Amino acid sequence: MLNDFFILMKFELLPAVIFFVLLFIKVGTAELSNASIIRLANILLFINLVAGFFYNKDGGMFGDMFHTNALIVLQKSILNLGIFIVSLQAEAWLRTHKHVIEFYLLLLSSLMGMFFMISGANLLMFYLGLELATIPLAALANFDLEKRKSSEAAMKLIMSSAFSSGLLLFGISLMYGTTGTLGFAQLPALLNGSNLQVFAFVLLFAGFAFKISVVPFHLWTADVYEGAPVPVTSFLSVVSKGAFIFVFASVLYTVFKPLADTWYHMLFLLSVLTMVIGNLFALRQQNIKRMLAFSSIAQMGFILIGISGSSQAGTASAVYFVLVYVFTNLAAFGVVALVSAQTGKEDITDYKGFHATNPVLAWVLAIALFSLAGVPPTAGFFGKFFLIMAGAAKQNYWLITIAALNMIVSLYYYLNLVKALFMDANASPVPKITFGVYAKLAIVICIAGMVLSGLASVVYEYIYNLSTGF
Amino acid sequence: MSEIPLTHILFVSTALFFIGMYGLFTRRNMITMLMAVELMLNSVNINFVAFNKYLFPENLDGVFFTIFIITIAAAEAAVAIAIIINLYRSHHSIDVEDATEMKW
Repeated sequence: MLNDFFILMKFELLPAVIFFVLLFIKVGTAELSNASIIRLANILLFINLVAGFFYNKDGGMFGDMFHTNALIVLQKSILNLGIFIVSLQAEAWLRTHKHVIEFYLLLLSSLMGMFFMISGANLLMFYLGLELATIPLAALANFDLEKRKSSEAAMKLIMSSAFSSGLLLFGISLMYGTTGTLGFAQLPALLNGSNLQVFAFVLLFAGFAFKISVVPFHLWTADVYEGAPVPVTSFLSVVSKGAFIFVFASVLYTVFKPLADTWYHMLFLLSVLTMVIGNLFALRQQNIKRMLAFSSIAQMGFILIGISGSSQAGTASAVYFVLVYVFTNLAAFGVVALVSAQTGKEDITDYKGFHATNPVLAWVLAIALFSLAGVPPTAGFFGKFFLIMAGAAKQNYWLITIAALNMIVSLYYYLNLVKALFMDANASPVPKITFGVYAKLAIVICIAGMVLSGLASVVYEYIYNLSTGF
Repeated sequence: MSEIPLTHILFVSTALFFIGMYGLFTRRNMITMLMAVELMLNSVNINFVAFNKYLFPENLDGVFFTIFIITIAAAEAAVAIAIIINLYRSHHSIDVEDATEMKW
């Protein structure tokens, strides 16, 4: 029994242990240098990642409040990988920062919240995990305390996340009022599609849409991405969004299965809006972080298409796309983080002639942009392909046509940046960027992931076999 | 004494929720916006307790949920106020109109 407890909750306990190790170092008397703290934290996060692959078991605990299975283990491992890469990339920025340990403490508590949220099988557990995942993120967004933009970003994040959790909670309370239960196992049988339940569901849906920045609720995204420090931005855009997508897909497929007709139409409308508006706004951005923010909004639209397929392929393609997205987006943000940490330049025009001075980084960024655009040999193509295939199963070809047209629009702004990197001349290009072993390792992992997870079909097949649909 | 019907309580909580939402959208002082959000969360608390007492008195799911909401709302307010204080140091104002460097 006790053994079960440790194995089932392994993913939550490990970050907790690392959290306390780092906390004791912080409050202890030992004066460790930044370099040794970063080395220790990275080693611990690597152990955390590797330990996730061994001794896993399906099961539930705490009176069905907490459950885990093979797909959830895979999802948590993807998030572990994401946080490990983020931590490697953060080294260039943290090296000279005063509060290194606090960064890791906030990062780990947010990760723990995401794990509890993914494993939660009760609306109470889910809500607690969600708040534990988002509140530390607001503090992280403000991590460059003296920067004006950083505090503005944190203010926008905390206000919009408080508002969205207000909507979510009102939805949950009405759901409780109509069904009398909070458990995911009991809810589906009690959902009958009455008007009050649909209203409650719309509120819940809006709360989710805020977190994954789907269009009418996306207004915070670009500002927070621009203002927050780059490693925090990459964590927000990859790990945090990935976790919410996993939960969103599984909640829609299991708990709200009786309302499938309702949410199919909502997903249809929101995915079209998200793709079109995300792409149109990305076209006019001058700041590279804002451009990547709007491009990530547009990518969310594609994920919604996959989820709307409501089949086994729907779950599988969403999870697969998040895996690909971890590698792709972290590669792009990794390069942006290095440039920003060493020169402070974040505008697209600053990247003109980047290839002349930094050929390696220029190629890494170019491959990542091709993968984001969905150009064939990279994993991004297969990710989008599976998402659209899953969506096409519903035979709603309007949706698929709009998605295909949007991919062409998105190609314009990605290629525009590639053109700036390789073709445009610049009198004062970004100087040669030096990067250490951590950044090199992160880049190698990202490039390998982008190429291999696309070419090796076992990855998708493995995810597909774990997924469920209806 | 006749019992107050559930609909009366739901009317109050829903009104409180939308008053909070209105306050959040119209107020320009960050502390007041935070208070408006708290109003929204408290309306949810009323909902939970009322549903629990009137419809499902056999177990206490709703009341427990309320306790967690109060706790988390406090944590959220603490972080939000810390952020607002830090923002005040750099902007010398807690008016949201002054914190609009990033747009579009």
